[in-house]
Amino acid sequence: MKPATTPPAPGKPRLTTSAMIASIATEGQKTKSAPFGHALVALAQSRPDVVGMTADLGKYTDLHIFSKAFPERYYQMGMAEQLLFGAASGMAAEGFMPFATTYAVFASRRAYDFIHQTIAEEDRNVKIACALPGLTSGYGPSHQAAEDLALFRAMPNMTVIDPCDAHETEQLVPAIAQHQGPVYMRLLRGNVPLVLDEYNYKFSLGKAAMIRDGSAVLIISSGIMTMRALEAAKALEKDRVDAAVLHVPTIKPLDDERIVREAGKAGRLVVVAENHTVIGGLGEAIAALLMRSGVHPAFHQIALPDEFLAAGALPTLHDRYGISTTEVTRKIKEWLGR
Amino acid sequence: MDTDTKPLANAPTLAQRAYNIRRNALRMGEVQGQGYIAQALDISDVLAVAYFHAMRYRPEDPSWEERDRFLLSNGHYAIALYAALIEAGIVPEAELESYGFDDSRLPMSGMASYTPGMEMSGGSLGLGLGIAVGMGLGLKRKKSSARVFTLFSDGELDEGSVWEAIMSAGHHKLDNIVGIIDVNNQQADGPSTQVMAFEPLVDKLEAFGWFVQRVDGNDLDAVVSAFDAAKAHAEPKPRMIVADTLMGKGVPFLEQREKNHFIRVEQHEWQLALASLEAGRQS
Repeated sequence: MKPATTPPAPGKPRLTTSAMIASIATEGQKTKSAPFGHALVALAQSRPDVVGMTADLGKYTDLHIFSKAFPERYYQMGMAEQLLFGAASGMAAEGFMPFATTYAVFASRRAYDFIHQTIAEEDRNVKIACALPGLTSGYGPSHQAAEDLALFRAMPNMTVIDPCDAHETEQLVPAIAQHQGPVYMRLLRGNVPLVLDEYNYKFSLGKAAMIRDGSAVLIISSGIMTMRALEAAKALEKDRVDAAVLHVPTIKPLDDERIVREAGKAGRLVVVAENHTVIGGLGEAIAALLMRSGVHPAFHQIALPDEFLAAGALPTLHDRYGISTTEVTRKIKEWLGR
Repeated sequence: MDTDTKPLANAPTLAQRAYNIRRNALRMGEVQGQGYIAQALDISDVLAVAYFHAMRYRPEDPSWEERDRFLLSNGHYAIALYAALIEAGIVPEAELESYGFDDSRLPMSGMASYTPGMEMSGGSLGLGLGIAVGMGLGLKRKKSSARVFTLFSDGELDEGSVWEAIMSAGHHKLDNIVGIIDVNNQQADGPSTQVMAFEPLVDKLEAFGWFVQRVDGNDLDAVVSAFDAAKAHAEPKPRMIVADTLMGKGVPFLEQREKNHFIRVEQHEWQLALASLEAGRQS
């Protein structure tokens, strides 16, 4: 059920709703433009095997930056995602390293079998970079890829990455090129928040990283939820709640050792925060890992609900579904009894 | 064959090659007692021409960079392709006995990771031509003269992805792709034309920018001419050979069997089938 329409509160501006493309940067936040596109151009300068392929979403996945720098290495496959991934497999079979882009919904839902059979099963060196991951579009379920991580986690041979910001996106592009095999990366496009540069962070494939340590609560997060977790940690500081943030950009393979070690430290509430449905993503992966490892902390998930999400302005939706900074902070305080 | 090597004066004829491919397929069918044997028999003539007339490859080096690629989009035809790969010396004949058994390199559905000379993993239909588009683009990037032969079935024409690839190959003018459609008019639920009407096929494909030829896929001379014309054609267009074939070709009692998409053949019938094939060759 969609909530009944309510008029905006007096004095509060009505937010523009339902745009397909919306910035996830908050007012006044430091951002960087098209970090994926620029990083790919930098990579391609030293790697002649890199080609770019898209299904009519070059401009919306920042691949247009690559297409301008290397027009002869850019392949427009038309609005045909099944073809895009089959052809990417064929291109990889010929020794090239395609970066294939579309929206996360189309790769994960429409073209799943094509990625499964022609890329993952054949272990082809294709890098799949998909915009609008999780809830980063207000356009409605057609463009909200709430389940992309669950689907790609379940695919053998696939490495799955959910980066936090522009800083990490720039670093992961050359890192996944070093890795031989298929990769699914969530793509943040346009003006992308710049957060992790302040923490002297360096992306390492398959590694979790403690961005800040703390004694009361351990927030384990991926993607944009690490940005939210860090903002929440600052807010919690004011209430003298000491929060640790363990960033897990590589969803598969998980950094089991680090996660078990951190979650096993006594006295900390463990909260997994992800921009993804509560089913089958980072939260359930970690819950199962901890259960298998005999580590049983108090455990909570911050994730999108198992329902078709509404259309609307992103800040409204992030509040409604509990992944805004305000909501993350509120829930953690509630769980801590503060 | 590798164009570096001249055919021997006493080399088997294409008819002998097609016979041997059919025989290999029947022997594998006998090992399992069932299978897509009727398709293998219908496509053997096309495979004989592909592997012993049209394609460039080195049997001892299946991943030779300059080889022509062969994509088996209809993975359930693996029994037919294995039969051709054995005849071509890419897979040893002794492995024929292992067909479909645990740990065999010859599983019932063709998969790239199992078998030398198998260039893609089929099984899920409608994948091959999209891969061919990527390979065709990649080969052009490398300035390679290798071509991509892709075999698929008339039933696969139901899949939207096939038409995405047909449209794309026309758009990119991929004249290094040679598609072969096996029109045997039989798919899982019955005659393909009744499951989903696809005619007029030649007109449709031409409208999508392909150079199209339609031949009797069991007439070796006609198939040879079609492959030759596909190579010689001057226009920058992808090439399609629409091959009308007869399920069970070469074994009369299988040609006439009803519901022959996936057939069960009784133990004693395999010897009859081999004898019938042999008799057909003598006549």
